[in-house]
Amino acid sequence: MSLTPEEVKKIAFLARLAIKEESIEQYSEDLSGILHLVDQMDAANVEDIEPMAHPQDAMQRLRKDEVTEINQREKLMENAPATENGLFLVPKVLD
Amino acid sequence: MEWETVIGLEIHAQLSTKSKLFSGSSIEYGQEPNTQANVVDLAMPGVLPVLNAEAVRMAAMFGLAIGAPIGRGNVFARKNYFYPDLPQGYQISQFDKPIVELGHIDITLEDGETKRVGVTRAHLEQDAGKSLHEDFAGMTGIDLNRSGTPLLEIVSEPDMRSAKEAVAYMKKIHELVQYLGINDGNLQEGSFRCDANVSVRPKGQEEFGTRAELKNINSFKFVERAINIEVERQIDLIEEGGEVVQETRLYDPDKNETRSMRSKEEANDYRYFPDPDLLPIEITDEFLEEVRKTLPELPDVKFKRFVEEYDLSEYDAGVLTANIATADYFESVAKSADAKLAANWITGELSSHLNKEDLSINDSPVNAAMLTGLIKRIEDKTISGKIAKQVFEAMWNDEGGKDESTADKVIDAKGLKQITDSGAIESIIDEIIANNPAQVEQFQSGKDKVFGFFVGQVMKASQGKANPAQVNQMLKDKLSA
Repeated sequence: MSLTPEEVKKIAFLARLAIKEESIEQYSEDLSGILHLVDQMDAANVEDIEPMAHPQDAMQRLRKDEVTEINQREKLMENAPATENGLFLVPKVLD
Repeated sequence: MEWETVIGLEIHAQLSTKSKLFSGSSIEYGQEPNTQANVVDLAMPGVLPVLNAEAVRMAAMFGLAIGAPIGRGNVFARKNYFYPDLPQGYQISQFDKPIVELGHIDITLEDGETKRVGVTRAHLEQDAGKSLHEDFAGMTGIDLNRSGTPLLEIVSEPDMRSAKEAVAYMKKIHELVQYLGINDGNLQEGSFRCDANVSVRPKGQEEFGTRAELKNINSFKFVERAINIEVERQIDLIEEGGEVVQETRLYDPDKNETRSMRSKEEANDYRYFPDPDLLPIEITDEFLEEVRKTLPELPDVKFKRFVEEYDLSEYDAGVLTANIATADYFESVAKSADAKLAANWITGELSSHLNKEDLSINDSPVNAAMLTGLIKRIEDKTISGKIAKQVFEAMWNDEGGKDESTADKVIDAKGLKQITDSGAIESIIDEIIANNPAQVEQFQSGKDKVFGFFVGQVMKASQGKANPAQVNQMLKDKLSA
């Protein structure tokens, strides 16, 4: 199984990664290599084996429903490039 | 050609927890922007989600209420997409192993028939933050207070065949989640939201038509309108030789039209995979038994019991059980006062006052104890139904206190006690008869209509306090003598 340049571009777009046109072929090879590895795993006999949702054979621990956090807006906003009236500002998105 | 409409609904109900699904931030509505968004909600590097036990309990409760199996090892998955109000870059949701599996709910159609609607699944997921597009000089403002609020997404089977059925289903779910105490039912604040999948097909055809998804319709009225206008659009399109495209559409209530949001559609490739930060959720028999014990009486059961136990009409029972607050109010009154009078007063006088001032029954100035006191005085004939309205009005306006004795205090203070002393009524009647010889003559010459005049005069002279039944009887006796 080998990925087409279009598939590579689509994957990059979905991950919001900018890639150079000349690197596409290399990415295609690398990603196809990973898929090939997965194909090999497909060959393993897993009959009668229950699929696991997580590699650890454990169950989720739960938290009590309590408000434990305080307002740290000023501190958290120090990381943001642009803020106004307590809002984070981002380039305009519409739809 | 005759067309058939096919509708399925996706309802997003915010769970009434105190804190978020995966963090200890408050989910209280209407707070200053970003004051309830911590490092987890902002998806800072290195943070980990810790699941809220109460959200799990609430989702399980919903599942039990719709007769659905609860996923024993249900799993959280990442739904990947980029949008600024979702800082993680993915929404933590559930995919192939939801917490609530196939269940059902019965709705009542306009003709009184019952229809069973399948609920495909319900799953836990995070709500997104809010984007504000105005007033920031070409930028978009982001408020992440809502980010991470627990949602239960309730997905129906494509079982509805008209906009009215869809609304009936939506109302039924709305009623149920409030009964269960897992959602506050507030459509304006967005804690209960609905998307509708709508398609049409030639009547008799088995295969479904291509569907359009109508997003975020925030009232029962708009759901009905949006579906009807979308059905019309699809039929027109097909009849003109066009084809329905599978897409997301937005309903514009001002223009009453739906329009395409196709730009977003092209990027929809969510690449779900199990969230490696979260382990499967264990659901044990013991846990389910505990949850089952906390299930309240459900609306359909309550409805039947009201009809049988209190001998109410189906209409009254329907109105009284439409929300749990009204049902509780009614039962609180009916446990010590006449149930039929209680039903009439709640569906009549009380409802109209609440509607006029846009209040919920929980905020009613006349509480259940006060109404109980009032109805007891109607029952024991201390006051007539008509005078009772005056007393109600006074209690509504905060006269006389806030308990069962309030009605008595108002009756005393205003001297509204019904006159049942026949001597007193007789002397009023004698006076009226003496003062109106012309009308007496008319009555005696066979003009029965004049009788009403006498009743009116006596009631007026007694300031409405004379017992109407006694007045009628005594007037008849006197005038015919």
